[in-house]
Amino acid sequence: MNIETNFFKRLNDWVNGEADRLFPELHETDAPKPPEPVATIGPLPNKDVLFLTSYQAVALIVVIGMVSILLYTVYKLPLFGVADNPAVNEVVERYVEKGLEETGAVNVVAGMILDYRAFDTLGESSVLLLAITSVMMLLLKDEKNTDPDEELIEAHEAVIEDHNRDMILQTMTIILMPAIMLYGIYVILNGHLSPGGGFSGGAILGAGLILFASGFGHNRVKKFFNMKTFRTLTTIALLGYGVLKTYSFLLGANHLPTGIPLGTPGAIFSSGLIFVLDICVGLIVACTMYGFFSVFSRGEI
Amino acid sequence: MKQFIVELINDRFMIAAVLLFGLGFMNLLLQKNLIKKIIGFNVMDSSIFLFLASQGYINGRIAPIITNGVFDAEVYINPIPSGLVLTGIVVSVSVTAFFLALTVRLYGIYKTVDFDEIMLLINKEAE
Repeated sequence: MNIETNFFKRLNDWVNGEADRLFPELHETDAPKPPEPVATIGPLPNKDVLFLTSYQAVALIVVIGMVSILLYTVYKLPLFGVADNPAVNEVVERYVEKGLEETGAVNVVAGMILDYRAFDTLGESSVLLLAITSVMMLLLKDEKNTDPDEELIEAHEAVIEDHNRDMILQTMTIILMPAIMLYGIYVILNGHLSPGGGFSGGAILGAGLILFASGFGHNRVKKFFNMKTFRTLTTIALLGYGVLKTYSFLLGANHLPTGIPLGTPGAIFSSGLIFVLDICVGLIVACTMYGFFSVFSRGEI
Repeated sequence: MKQFIVELINDRFMIAAVLLFGLGFMNLLLQKNLIKKIIGFNVMDSSIFLFLASQGYINGRIAPIITNGVFDAEVYINPIPSGLVLTGIVVSVSVTAFFLALTVRLYGIYKTVDFDEIMLLINKEAE
């Protein structure tokens, strides 16, 4: 009885904001306390307030004007969902009618983005690589980039995190992680047969890795996915994509035989290069997604 | 008038896309918090995807996945906007990540994500 009243009193204090934490004893750790936050600056001067008000009014007028012009354009556009609107032209006919024959992919969109317009997809993968590279340039921890205060805060947080691993999150991760990973691999490997493909499957794989990292901590992920794995996978996938597609462009774009078998439409090992390219794209996307999470939360992979 | 309303209902996706675009642009211009500015930018991106996807749809047709040997272009919707949306999503994710990284660095230097406060601090440094 005594313990229960004590608990309810503490809960009451916590809800009313009188106590900082519900279980203070859980948070008492040996880690050093983080430093006090820097004091913020005072209210704005009068001149800036005037500027801000006029800025807001001008912004409102500009946006309303732009939206009305766009709405008028929409009113003048061809109707939604009508078959004879000019966007449905001979290119679409060609992709749909000859797509399966020429690329071997049952999914016309996959055949389009990984065969007819594969150069574009190489560019997309390079954009992802560029994004993760620039994020790493900005946020990766090295000798020049570390602040002793921040390191103290992070050490403090890491100790708290290690002592308070969330049991619900861990159990659900154990249950869900295999299913998520399998589904991601399924979506990647079936990219030429069903909706999905490298981008969506890679995003699912990355989400699985992120879930695992948030449940069990970065050090567990580091055992099988560290900076070296990240570099190797990304480089191999992007180089593989580039080399395979260059070969196919050099020969296939001039209607020479490429020697790549297209297989039976509908079978899993079909549609020539699209199968391999989907795996490459999936690897890049999965690495990038986990890389973003890891660099943002820890400053390392 | 009746025809106008019918067209309005028919074009609902494009109208929603335009309104979302305006909303996101408004957010981008007026929010002081940099994170909220980035959210506004993402709303703008999503409105573009909605617009492109609605341009590709054709009434009564199915997704362009050839499963039962029908090669007629009259049966499937337009696959090109789908591919364009895919490109757009990738670029949107990359740009968002870059913005957020820059915001983290700004926060590390000025200890605030409020754009006006950052500008004031920069002006003070310049003086």
